[in-house]
Formats: sequence, structure tokens, C-alpha cells
Amino acid sequence: MFYREAGDFKTTYREDSQTFPIKFDRLRFYAVLAVAYGVIPLFINDYWANAVFVPFLIYAIAAIGLNVLVGYAGQVSLGTGGFMAVGAYACYKLMTAFPEVSIFIHVLLAGGVTAVVGVLFGLPSLRIKGFYLAVATLAAQFFLVWLFNKVPWFYNYSASGQINAPDRTIFGVFVTGAQTSAMAKYMFCLVMLTIVAVLARNLTRGTVGRKWMAIRDMDIAAEIIGVNPLTTKMTAFMVSSFFIGIAGALFFSVYLGAAEVGEAFGIQKSFLILFMVIIGGLGSIFGSFAGAAFLVLLPVLLKNLLVGALNWPTDLAAHIELMIVGALIVIFLIAEPHGLAQLWRVAKEKLRLWPFPH
Amino acid sequence: MPDQLLFAMEVTLNGLMAGVMYALVALGFVLIYKASGIFNYAQGVLALFAALTLVGIQQGQVPFAHLINAVTGGHLTHFGWTVPSVLAIILTAAVMVGLAIVIEKLVLKHLVNQAPIILFMATIGMAYFLEGFGDVMWGADIKKLDVGLPQGISETVEGLTDSIFGYGFFIDNLDIVATVVAILLVTALTLFSQYSKQGRALRAVADDHQAALSVGISLRFIWILVWSIAGFVALVAGIMWGSKSGVQFSLSLIALKALPVLMLGGFTSIPGAIVGGLIIGVGEKLFEFLAGPLIGGATENWFAYVLALIFLVFRPQGLFGEKIIERV
Repeated sequence: MFYREAGDFKTTYREDSQTFPIKFDRLRFYAVLAVAYGVIPLFINDYWANAVFVPFLIYAIAAIGLNVLVGYAGQVSLGTGGFMAVGAYACYKLMTAFPEVSIFIHVLLAGGVTAVVGVLFGLPSLRIKGFYLAVATLAAQFFLVWLFNKVPWFYNYSASGQINAPDRTIFGVFVTGAQTSAMAKYMFCLVMLTIVAVLARNLTRGTVGRKWMAIRDMDIAAEIIGVNPLTTKMTAFMVSSFFIGIAGALFFSVYLGAAEVGEAFGIQKSFLILFMVIIGGLGSIFGSFAGAAFLVLLPVLLKNLLVGALNWPTDLAAHIELMIVGALIVIFLIAEPHGLAQLWRVAKEKLRLWPFPH
Repeated sequence: MPDQLLFAMEVTLNGLMAGVMYALVALGFVLIYKASGIFNYAQGVLALFAALTLVGIQQGQVPFAHLINAVTGGHLTHFGWTVPSVLAIILTAAVMVGLAIVIEKLVLKHLVNQAPIILFMATIGMAYFLEGFGDVMWGADIKKLDVGLPQGISETVEGLTDSIFGYGFFIDNLDIVATVVAILLVTALTLFSQYSKQGRALRAVADDHQAALSVGISLRFIWILVWSIAGFVALVAGIMWGSKSGVQFSLSLIALKALPVLMLGGFTSIPGAIVGGLIIGVGEKLFEFLAGPLIGGATENWFAYVLALIFLVFRPQGLFGEKIIERV
């Protein structure tokens, strides 16, 4: 009834090729934006920002980044944590070396640095495929974490080996450091996520995205019809690492404030983000959001339920949480291997026909 | 002989022993990958779970004691008996077979014909679940595993090398036992897959699922069988690693150590797992010995991966992997 292309006539090419061709989609998109920018900042407090919204926004950026690589280009990567660490440390070095430059630019530059590193570690993907590649990207994960641990230059020779985000402002409002308000954190991450999501959405439906998908579906066939595997795979690694680097920079500077590389960017992080992408749906930007939201909210809910409501000891609750997360992942994969995005697609199809299904 | 050379030889020997331990874990991966095309990330957690169960049975722990106590407010910990090692190992093996059946019934059966990445993620989900389950069942504290394997430095080897080179090599007794066990295990597996009816069926399934189905081999039985064998291999690996460094969470991380071994040896080859393990073991120990002091140490975390990565660039299917043939 609502979700219908009928009567929505396009009279120009511009209209025909817009991001959301269906009117209902477009309106919904503006509504989500309005709520995210206009309503949530009014009500946000420290608990909601730190436990739910800021991690969700940052993980969504990382999940979009990984989805570009795994979902669109078909190159399985387990090095996400390492690439996030590159973003974080690049951001830290830039912040401390050029204090007068805006953090906004630093975060983008950190993404750029990560893109270069990503391309470097992506090069073997031309020879290595499938699971061999997945395991090969673990080399990036372990090597990078080791590097940031062992080379003191990266953490400015601090005694603890940690990196601490100095106070930085945008338009006079603190966005990093201890004095940051919940709203500032939220807005900064939200702006970044919006940029990333719009970029990703438009890249994936353009020439670049089609090449990625051709390589994903069958790389040899794609090569034969004239898709250059070198540039295609490298752009995928570049764009993906750029986003993941931004996520890493935000994760360290805005969310954590202080980070120790092994703990904040270990292999667990790589798996977590891969889970988000798979549960959300491979090859779907909406799926990245859904997956990030699901895996950020689930532990918060479980903790509140087990420790808060049932009063069980925290270590037992942590183990049970692990069990439930694991079981849910398996159940999800069995029930809907194409992720939450597929559920959404099915729902949309139903909506189109409602109230007269055939 | 110069001291440095002797040290290097000792490091090499120790590396070989460590390689055997890696190969033990890698073996479980290869078995499952060959028979079902599933890249089983849960293998390391299976080893942890097996070791936890073994200790739990041996010491007569009450399963789920922590959970029961939290719900009822009691103070249960142990039944108050101990079980002999051999019986405990047999019981644990039975538990692993049960686990294999449960995994097949609840998970794998529903995921037939899914993309490999989905199956891989499912095994990661299982790994999370088992990790939590093992901890809830047996408690998360570090446990000591003792099934009567010899501990400490081998005096025979030390005496022997001392009489030849004038310098005694330090080799762990446990590592020697592990080597012997690994050789026995590989021999037994090879004999089983070459000469028994089930073994032949196993190889048929590994070769071609559909053809195997059409000549009347039950795929589900083979899957249960292969997961049971993998569970048994995990038990052996769990005993070895558990006796060496205690039963704790970090035991499940040996899966990560086995991955570069697999890459190097090829996912589909049992000899590959052994040779890959040895190369990785020697390579990372020698690298740490030679270059570690220069660049800050702890290179063992990543060296294996980088070695395997460089290797793969030249031979994308690993040392002994089947040649990857692609058609459009």
C-alpha cells in the first residue's frame, strides 16, 4: 500500500538515477536522518551515548568498510582489527604532531593512511583466494598489532605503551578528551557515518561497485569481459580500509579516549565486525547498520537481563553471554543466511503487495 | 663446534617439537575440511573443551556447579571422587562423539549447500558457544592437567648430546611424547582411511559429495564420523597442550597457531599439515632466535603468518594442496 513504485513517474535522467528511486524509500531516509540529527541529540545522555549510540555509529562505519570488501568485492578479510589500529595510531600521531589542524581532517587523513596500508596487505589477494586469503589477512592483523606494541615511536615513547587522545575541538566544541559532552561525541560520529554511508552507497551502485561485484561473482569471468582484477581488487581494499581507518580513528579518539593496541584492536574485533557484516547481510549497506545495531545492543541487553534482573555473578553472566551470542549467530545463519537485510527485503516485498497479496 | 651453531641446532630441535604440536591441531582442521569442505574454526575450542572435560571428569567436578550455585544458592563443587586417567580419557572421547552428533543434528544438517563463508561463520559461532559452555560447565579457572605423561627436561637427550657435542640439549620430555603420539596418530589415521570400509567411504565423500551419495554412502554418518575423529584429535591435542601449559582459555588460541600451518601445507593434505607444522615450528623459533633480539622479540605472534603469506604468493594452494583449477 505504502511501498509502491506505481504513480511515481520519473521525467528526467537525474530523477531516474537517484539513490532512492522509490518515493517511500526516499521519505523514510529523510525521516531517519531527521530523527538522527534532530531528535536523538536532544535526549542523549552519557549512558546512552557510551553504551549504545557511539559504539553503534563507529561499528557501523567499520561494518560498511568491511562489507565493501567482503560483501561487494568478495575478498574475505580477518584483518579489520589491525586496520582499525592503523587508523587509530595514524590519528594519534597526526593529532599530537599537528595540534592546530582540525581533528576532522586528521580522522580523514587517518583513513587515507589506512587505505595505503590496506592496499599493501591487499596485494597478495591477486594470487591468493578464498580461505587462503582470509588466513593471509590474519598476517596483517598480528603483524600490525605487534608493530604498534613494539615500536615506541608509534605511541610517542609513553611509559605505559598506551595512546591517549588529547583534547581537540571542532567549532569550539570538545569532541575528544575528558570534557566531551555526549552530544558532541554522538554528532561527530554521526556526521562521519553519514559521509561514509552516502559515499559507500553511491560507490557500490556505480561503475566501481559493479566491477567489485563482477569480481566477487566470478573473478576469471570478470577478467575475461575486461574488468581489471588489479585495479578492482585494489580499489576495494583501498575504499574498505579507508572506512575502517576512519572507524578506528573515531573508536580510539572519541569513544575510548585511551587505547592499548592488543586489547582494543585484537583479533576479537576482526571477528566481531565480520559477524556484523554477515548477520546484517553481505553486500548491503542497510545490512551493515542492522548488523552493527544487533551486535551492539545484544550484549547490553543480556548484561542488563542477567546481572541486573537475575542478579547472577558477572563472570557467569559473561560466559552465558558468550553462549547466547554464539548460539544466536548459528541460529541466524540457519534461519536466514543472507542476513537481516534479506528479512528487510522480504518485508518490503510483502509491503508492496499488501493488502492484496496474490 | 661453535656455540652459536649448537644453540641454533637446539633451537631447531625445539622448533621441530613445537611444530609437531601445531601439526596436531592442524590435523583436525584438515580432516573436517577434506570430508565436508568446512573450515572449522572451532577446532581450537574443541581442544579446550576436551581438556576441560577431561580434567573435570578426572577430578570429579560437578558440571554446571557455578550455575547451579547461582540459581539455588548452594555450594557444590566436587562429587568427592577421582577417576583414573584412562577411564577419564575414554569417557571424554565418548563426550566428544556425543558432541559431534549434536553438532551434526543441530547445526550442520541445516546448513547443507550454503556458501563456505556461511559455514565458516557458523563454526565461529559454535566456537563462541562452546567456549562459554565449557566455562559454564566446568568453571573458568586455570586447571592443571596430569594424565601421567612425563614432565621436565629429558635427561637421556641431554646426556646423549653432551657426549657427542660436549653440550647438552634441553628438550622437554613432553615434546618427545607428543612427537611419538603424533606419529602414532597419523599412522592410525592413514591406516584407517586406506584400509577400513568407513575410511574408504570417507575418502569417497572427500572426493565428490554427490558421487558418494549416489553409490549409497550416508553423508550424515560420514559427517558424524569425521567430527568425532576431529573431536578425538582435539582431545589428543588438548591433553598435550593442557599438560604443557595448563588448561585455560588461551588453549583455544592454538587454533590461530594452526592456521598458518594449514596455509603452508594446504588445507586438504594430512602430510601437508605435518610438514607445514614442522616448517612453521622451526621457522618461527629460528627467526626469534636470530632476529628477535634485534627487532624487539615476540615475533612468534606474526612470523608464521608472514612466512605462510610469502610462501602462498608463490604457491597459492600450499605445499601439498590440490591444484586449484578454475573454470568459467
